[in-house]
Amino acid sequence: MPAGFPPHSTTASLPQHGDRGFPFAAAAAAAAGQAPPRPRPAAAMQFMLLFSRQGKLRLQKWYVPLSDKEKKKITRELVQTVLARKPKMCSFLEWRDLKIVYKRYASLYFCCAIEDQDNELITLEIIHRYVELLDKYFGSVCELDIIFNFEKAYFILDEFLLGGEVQETSKKNVLKAIEQADLLQEVSDPPTSASQSAGITGVSHRIQPIFMSLIGESKCREKSIG
Amino acid sequence: MPAVSKGDGMRGLAVFISDIRNCKSKEAEIKRINKELANIRSKFKGDKALDGYSKKKYVCKLLFIFLLGHDIDFGHMEAVNLLSSNKYTEKQIGYLFISVLVNSNSELIRLINNAIKNDLASRNPTFMCLALHCIANVGSREMGEAFAADIPRILVAGDSMDSVKQSAALCLLRLYKASPDLVPMGEWTARVVHLLNDQHMGVVTAAVSLITCLCKKNPDDFKTCVSLAVSRLSRIVSSASTDLQDYTYYFVPAPWLSVKLLRLLQCYPPPEDAAVKGRLVECLETVLNKAQEPPKSKKVQHSNAKNAILFETISLIIHYDSEPNLLVRACNQLGQFLQHRETNLRYLALESMCTLASSEFSHEAVKTHIETVINALKTERDVSVRQRAVDLLYAMCDRSNAPQIVAEMLSYLETADYSIREEIVLKVAILAEKYAVDYTWYVDTILNLIRIAGDYVSEEVWYRVIQIVINRDDVQGYAAKTVFEALQAPACHENLVKVGGYILGEFGNLIAGDPRSSPLIQFHLLHSKFHLCSVPTRALLLSTYIKFVNLFPEVKPTIQDVLRSDSQLRNADVELQQRAVEYLRLSTVASTDILATVLEEMPPFPERESSILAKLKKKKGPGTVTDLEDTKRDRSVDVNGGPEPAPASTSAVSTPSPSADLLGLGAAPTAPAGPPPSSGGSGLLVDVFSDSASVVAPLAPGSEDNFARFVCKNNGVLFENQLLQIGLKSEFRQNLGRMFIFYGNKTSTQFLNFTPTLICSDDLQPNLNLQTKPVDPTVEGGAQVQQVVNIECVSDFTEAPVLNIQFRYGGTFQNVSVQLPITLNKFFQPTEMASQDFFQRWKQLSNPQQEVQNIFKAKHPMDTEVTKAKIIGFGSALLEEVDPNPANFVGAGIIHTKTTQIGCLLRLEPNLQAQMYRLTLRTSKEAVSQRLCELLSAQF
Repeated sequence: MPAGFPPHSTTASLPQHGDRGFPFAAAAAAAAGQAPPRPRPAAAMQFMLLFSRQGKLRLQKWYVPLSDKEKKKITRELVQTVLARKPKMCSFLEWRDLKIVYKRYASLYFCCAIEDQDNELITLEIIHRYVELLDKYFGSVCELDIIFNFEKAYFILDEFLLGGEVQETSKKNVLKAIEQADLLQEVSDPPTSASQSAGITGVSHRIQPIFMSLIGESKCREKSIG
Repeated sequence: MPAVSKGDGMRGLAVFISDIRNCKSKEAEIKRINKELANIRSKFKGDKALDGYSKKKYVCKLLFIFLLGHDIDFGHMEAVNLLSSNKYTEKQIGYLFISVLVNSNSELIRLINNAIKNDLASRNPTFMCLALHCIANVGSREMGEAFAADIPRILVAGDSMDSVKQSAALCLLRLYKASPDLVPMGEWTARVVHLLNDQHMGVVTAAVSLITCLCKKNPDDFKTCVSLAVSRLSRIVSSASTDLQDYTYYFVPAPWLSVKLLRLLQCYPPPEDAAVKGRLVECLETVLNKAQEPPKSKKVQHSNAKNAILFETISLIIHYDSEPNLLVRACNQLGQFLQHRETNLRYLALESMCTLASSEFSHEAVKTHIETVINALKTERDVSVRQRAVDLLYAMCDRSNAPQIVAEMLSYLETADYSIREEIVLKVAILAEKYAVDYTWYVDTILNLIRIAGDYVSEEVWYRVIQIVINRDDVQGYAAKTVFEALQAPACHENLVKVGGYILGEFGNLIAGDPRSSPLIQFHLLHSKFHLCSVPTRALLLSTYIKFVNLFPEVKPTIQDVLRSDSQLRNADVELQQRAVEYLRLSTVASTDILATVLEEMPPFPERESSILAKLKKKKGPGTVTDLEDTKRDRSVDVNGGPEPAPASTSAVSTPSPSADLLGLGAAPTAPAGPPPSSGGSGLLVDVFSDSASVVAPLAPGSEDNFARFVCKNNGVLFENQLLQIGLKSEFRQNLGRMFIFYGNKTSTQFLNFTPTLICSDDLQPNLNLQTKPVDPTVEGGAQVQQVVNIECVSDFTEAPVLNIQFRYGGTFQNVSVQLPITLNKFFQPTEMASQDFFQRWKQLSNPQQEVQNIFKAKHPMDTEVTKAKIIGFGSALLEEVDPNPANFVGAGIIHTKTTQIGCLLRLEPNLQAQMYRLTLRTSKEAVSQRLCELLSAQF
């Protein structure tokens, strides 16, 4: 640029380019016959839903900005689709341009939406690890624990997943963080637990632990069933 | 004892939840909720100040109600109050409420941001994590603006706790995804890469996600991550199953981290450094070897975690596409999974193999599994798995196995789920065409397709078969015979009638020698379907009849009788009526020579990209199909020309040449073609068959916005749609300028007749001179052409020139118009001056016509640096220390035109409280002040 030119725009988002190769080098490369490395989008979980067999939403976590209306629509559609599937079907399904990974634990469906390029199996294990965390924290977790302590379920999820990405995969570390937080709490609060509060109103719920025999290694589960 | 009872329970909340659960009906539930809402509202409004615990409890109840699906319109303030509580649980509930019920209420956002700021500065790791979680959960632009600069610092600070680093990394990732422009790159990026070496596996896990996202935009800045990722991966892969303690998941060491590292490596080409590459290949081999080892546990979690890594490894191998040995091994591994008892693995194996099929190294290996895949198509109980099998069959198809695959797909089509039929039809049609050695096979296949799934055969498919038959004379007789036979069926699909009508109309003479298919029989056969068909098909059949009149003079009286009948001549449908009248007239008035000329055989269609392929691409998204096609094209020689689709409305009629004879017919309307377009007379035929669209398209949507963005900058992308991208680079000096326009073809197909035109309105023309040379009318797929425009500003002007681009893509005509961002301010020269000079000149320009003022609301966040950049970008000098109020901006410059120079002073006063600006401009010419004021006001 010759001297004396007005120093035009300095906005950071400007595409910077030389005289050649602008504006789409990738397309040109494709035309030239070299296979351009297929861009893999930085995929992440879009949202996670927990709902019961009756279709009641128990937990919702959205990692993409959507309006309340859209969220409700998606939830309705997905709950229907997933509930209609038969037990032996595969845990993945294509839905709109996303992939849904879901798994049923006792009366609860855990359902994650991931992007097309994402790894389905590892997402399935994200679900499982979350169930393990809930189970460990609540002690053989059942649907009622999640209803009555929904805030805890959210806190645990935040420690494990943040912005749709796995933050900490160590069970010990996640639980340590939650327990430390619990220790900070005021002692003066009257304690309650799911089973107690169910007792308060005198209603007996059939409490089915989410896990049952799904993970075998723990013995505490047998205790709770018995 | 369950951990829950650690003393945070809220009895009132538990009672409320129990109540809701006990409600017998939806009405009862709503009643109970309304009662609770009223109660909470009165508590919040009450005179008595609530203690933290009650506030927490009520906020939590509100949250519960919201999560049940009811709307909540209050309580935000109380939640925000909780944020500043020093009790952890109260703070935590406050943050949860904010994360779930984000509200863009600006008043509140400021308070929330304040609370977050305090917590981030608190140095209490638990509080810091809470604040970071909140930012990551909300991820809004406002939060990005407030914190995007702080978080990198927290992330790389030496004294940050591991848990804080983890949260900071993912928080930054979320902000970057939401608004990449807000996250400044800097020296921290290098330090982030080194987090891959961190002792703490959790920190590495979080950091990999961040790097994977950042490196997409700035691959060079993060290049070093490749070798670090390889060595990290290698350490994990080679570690014993218990080495990593709590990061081992069901005997699989760090599966999440491994998957993420493999994904990061897919952002880069294979490592150039031989040692790194060797190490990586070793890792990949180890993963493949491990897949063959007996499982360490029978649990599905073990195999899932192990296979998650395996599939990601295979993705990386496919991404590199350079190691034949690994590709074949991957393919064999997937082959084993095809018969695995886990549905999930079968599904994934089919999916992965699809991409393997497009690699030249593994295509043959994939083909060996054809029987298994066909079997999957027949036996899988889950439609999504069957869909994958169809995809894979399509991907592995080549000349050697096409007949088998097409036959299998056709037989599957009979029972296929309705949701995927159309796609299968397209795929069969493409494969049949692409790998046809014998065109009789092709014709049979398509007719079968129509027979089996006529409803799912789109127009493109039957157009295509007609194009191919017309272009290949070796198949025409066979086609006529086959459609004639197919039409014998008592019930046949309307699409078959269309194809039959068209083909017999063109080539019925080829089978007329056989007494079983004499002209009269052909006609009666077609006419027996006539009344069952829709209007467009009837119209097509009428055209067939007039062609018969030409081909077989002996049936002329029969056909004239039909045309003459009231049901035709007085048909309620205007199109049918017109055709009947015109054809009848044509058959009576015209001599045989004229008839033969008018109804001449269709000329071959020009070669084009298959319209069906285009349709499949559109259906499946361009990425998947193109890759497949491009690689396949190299392997197979295209046998058949790809004719272009006939225009829908005229597809039934032979191309008549608009000859003098035809016009000499006298009173008879000249067009045997479809519905006449708006123009009439003898130009009609030309209009139908060419794209003489000299009309300029209206401005493309969004072009206003793009235009505004260029007022303060000279380079960038002006316009982009699915086909075309227009980029600009321009430079201006005094009253002259030069603009480089780059037209990029984003498709893989040529643009023809590519004509960009610059249009200056009558008002603009005398004031702005634009000169350019025409560009090459053909733009190859993926190519880019450049056009230089020389600009001269003669006098000040207001309007902007319009750039109109017309071209042909595939069979269609495209017409795009955008405003070209040549604005008056481009001819600014900045002028530096001292405070004293400025005010002296300001006073000289005190004539009321010389000043223009505009007070307006800020459309963008008010940021001092951005504003400065915009004023400089606008072209004037930014004068510091001129205005007594440092918050104000003052600028000065001269607009150069050929005829005159216009001095210009400007002053911009932001008002942060009101989110308003006041812009004042003084120039020696009123029109200039006015225009500059308009342009600049739109920028803030």
